[in-house]
Amino acid sequence: MSNLLTLSSTMLYTAFAFYSFATIMFGVTLTDKNKQKKIGISGMIAVSLTIIGLFAQLTYFVTRWIAAGHAPVSNMFEFMTSLGMGIVIAFIIIYFIYRLNILGLFALPVALILIAYASMFPTELSPLQPSLQSPWLYIHITTVALSQGILGISFVAGLIYLIKQIDQNKRNKGNMWLEIVLFSLIVCIGFISSTTTFNALDYQAEFEYPSGESILTAEYNLPAIAAPKDSVLITEGVQDALFEAPGWLQGSNAAKKFNTLLWSLIVGLILYGFLRLLLRKRIGAAIQPLLKNINADLVDEVTYRAVAIGFPLFTLGALIFASIWAQIAWDRFWGWDPKEVWALVTWFFYAAFLHLRLSRGWHGEKSSWLAVGGFAIIMFNLIVVNLVIAGLHSYA
Amino acid sequence: MNKIKCECGHVNPEGTVLCEACGKPIEENQHIDGNNQKRLLNMRYEGSSRRSLTYNKSIIDKIWRFFSSVKVGVWLIVIALVASTLGTIFPQAIYIPENAASRDPAIYYEDQFGIFGKVYYQLGLYDLYSSWWYMILIALIGISLVICSIDRFVPLRRALKMQKPKRHETFLNRQRLYSVSTNISHEDRHHLKKMLKKLRYRVRNEDGHILAEKGRFSRWGPYVNHIGLIIILIASIFRMSPFLYMEDYVWTREGEQKVIPGTSGEYYIENKEFIIEMYDEDDERFKDAIARMGGRAEKNFQSNVVVYKNTDVSVPGAEPKLEKVKEGQIELNHPLKFDGYALYQSGFQENEFSNMSFKLYETNDPDQKAIENFTVDLASPETEYKFDNGLRVVIDKYYPNYYLDEDYGEPRSESNDPWNPAFVFKVYSPDNESPEISFAGIGRNIDPTGENQYKLGITDFETHDVSGLSVRRDYTLPLFGLGALIFMVGVVQGMYWQHRRIWVHPKGEGILLAAHTNKNWFGIKKDIERMIAGTNLQMVVDQQTTKKNNEIKEDNDE
Repeated sequence: MSNLLTLSSTMLYTAFAFYSFATIMFGVTLTDKNKQKKIGISGMIAVSLTIIGLFAQLTYFVTRWIAAGHAPVSNMFEFMTSLGMGIVIAFIIIYFIYRLNILGLFALPVALILIAYASMFPTELSPLQPSLQSPWLYIHITTVALSQGILGISFVAGLIYLIKQIDQNKRNKGNMWLEIVLFSLIVCIGFISSTTTFNALDYQAEFEYPSGESILTAEYNLPAIAAPKDSVLITEGVQDALFEAPGWLQGSNAAKKFNTLLWSLIVGLILYGFLRLLLRKRIGAAIQPLLKNINADLVDEVTYRAVAIGFPLFTLGALIFASIWAQIAWDRFWGWDPKEVWALVTWFFYAAFLHLRLSRGWHGEKSSWLAVGGFAIIMFNLIVVNLVIAGLHSYA
Repeated sequence: MNKIKCECGHVNPEGTVLCEACGKPIEENQHIDGNNQKRLLNMRYEGSSRRSLTYNKSIIDKIWRFFSSVKVGVWLIVIALVASTLGTIFPQAIYIPENAASRDPAIYYEDQFGIFGKVYYQLGLYDLYSSWWYMILIALIGISLVICSIDRFVPLRRALKMQKPKRHETFLNRQRLYSVSTNISHEDRHHLKKMLKKLRYRVRNEDGHILAEKGRFSRWGPYVNHIGLIIILIASIFRMSPFLYMEDYVWTREGEQKVIPGTSGEYYIENKEFIIEMYDEDDERFKDAIARMGGRAEKNFQSNVVVYKNTDVSVPGAEPKLEKVKEGQIELNHPLKFDGYALYQSGFQENEFSNMSFKLYETNDPDQKAIENFTVDLASPETEYKFDNGLRVVIDKYYPNYYLDEDYGEPRSESNDPWNPAFVFKVYSPDNESPEISFAGIGRNIDPTGENQYKLGITDFETHDVSGLSVRRDYTLPLFGLGALIFMVGVVQGMYWQHRRIWVHPKGEGILLAAHTNKNWFGIKKDIERMIAGTNLQMVVDQQTTKKNNEIKEDNDE
């Protein structure tokens, strides 16, 4: 059994490596002299690497399923890796419709960030709590992961469109917001690198803090910048916190999460500052010239097409299958749990996207911004709602 | 009604923008769709006559016009979106945790979240989704759905039915995809027709003019999915009726048989056993995760129950005649269903006290030897226990779930559940006229006067578990299912297919070629490339990208 699990995690690493190579090869395609429609040799290599990576990840998925006895979609680690896989699958589908190499250059890094982010959560096999013991677990979750993967491709295409089209000559609202979007991707990298570093160093510091009547302990794995309110450091030989987290942060382990956020932001800012110094211009402006051969209309079409494919699938997975399961497990198909509400919000958002595009002619830049916003809502639902707002879906 | 007769002879209804038959722009109505000479034609609704854009006199016209606007619809969606998020800032009232100091919303929110919580409570956001204004918002979306759909569907259907293969030249050269080819041979024309059929277009011919069309049904997708949504909204209105939807909850102790609430006394339940299973903490696969979760991971919550039907409900108060309907187990994800009802495992209480045994002994007996023993059934205690030697114990006060009210220094019971039973006993003996008072509970044995001759001590107790089952009967579920199904059919129909049309217009020796699709222009261009490959026909040019002044005006929808 443990062999199977070892194989499983090896396969995930393998997939990660192949996606990384594929990203580099998609980067190489930018130097191709050929016109866009031709995939080119480097494109062929890149997409082959992606497909090999996908097979590796599917092997991870299946072996982990066998090892655990249930579909590996039951906690944050497992879901986020599945979402990464969803993006890769969606990318491959869209790639074979539109043959756009540039999509890979942006889609695969997003998948990579998601998989790396996933591995920051506990990765050991966990037993299935009673409410999750149902075949609807994989029916519901895999459909959601795939649909969000497809919507992720619309985000990627929207981002490419914006980087290409937004005027970078002087500072304006458009390129500022674009920098914020790019910065938030860098913050994810900041999170991953700081967490990985201190995990490798086996850093640990414990704080005791009062909560109502009782005294709780918070275990920090990153050096404390912000300690829990009114807390006492009980681990010896580590640096005490610089200040205390505000008291209105109420959720479980809120101060620790706040501390992690601070670390991600700080490392993200350092990375961003370093990049800016290196490039001497906005990151968006630095990438823009690389995209000069890209057909913006085609990218815009992909943005929309991905939503057109993803929206029905999202409705099916995140609302209909979810409702059927909720009816069986919790005696009501809809209960206004935060996760459910945010799924509805996502659905409203993409419904508005489609109406604006089809009936009111929102194309190009406007529609790209909406695609970026939609994915931001999906990420919010996944990260903030799971980790900050307590509810029935807090599994991690 | 001022009908408009086009030069092709077709009579169009008032407000038509493009002739339904030949597509020629009707001069005086071009402003309606924002068309002008320089722009491409707005093909969104085929230039058909829409009520909302044609009539604007009566109040009904104005209301119709308001709700038929997609702009208004999108605004309603955006408002609903923002409103929905507000309800997730703090937990809704139904999700106030069981262990909260006070579950009263008036106290809980301020207590837990300070001033923000207080405002949240005062704005009524703690019960947002059943507030009147949220419901009105959803109802407005429903109205908008219906009116938008009717306003567009009827004329669109008519226009698509009336269209003729022979189109006016202006109609073609103001399409987004257009090309002019000269000197086209008979073979090329024939090849064109063959290819269109091969690409599975439905080809219609009129005097050499060709209309090739496919996927028209995808145009109905939006209207179909809107019907699905309307059915869902109607279902949720039906669900407010107690005849169609009933919810209740029953706590039942192991070994207890009681009526199931919400069934008008018709059904009874007997709880045979409640079971909690745990994962084995030494399980090779899961031991790390279980250790991280604190060494406890529940595997199963289960109630083994029997459901009975009372066959004699005619006489109220009469002894029920019970007939077994179903015996089974209720687990999470496995509700028990019978006669339209469903029972769900949704709560439990472990180790509730069933009974407690006491002994009576003399205060000054160092061995505390029992003089008498008696057992109190905690679900329905008797008031008096008489013994042969003339002693008599009376239960003066019973606190099933005892706590000491600090403010008043008085003992009280938090609830009627025997979770922490305590008693005030009066002991009557033949030697004494006035009774002795003693207080007994778990870990407590108090003699208030300090002069009692007799004492009471707990010798034994028995416990049982209690199952919390929610009771549901929901006749609206099939309707919700139908609505969801229709929505899915509609949205797939509209999103995964496109309505593509290609017009071939012979002009002298040459051919005018124009094409339109409601989406996926990339796809139709590929079709045309395949169709004209190996012929002298010119590839269509995307006039939207070539002529920048052709951008479709964005607010021409009003």
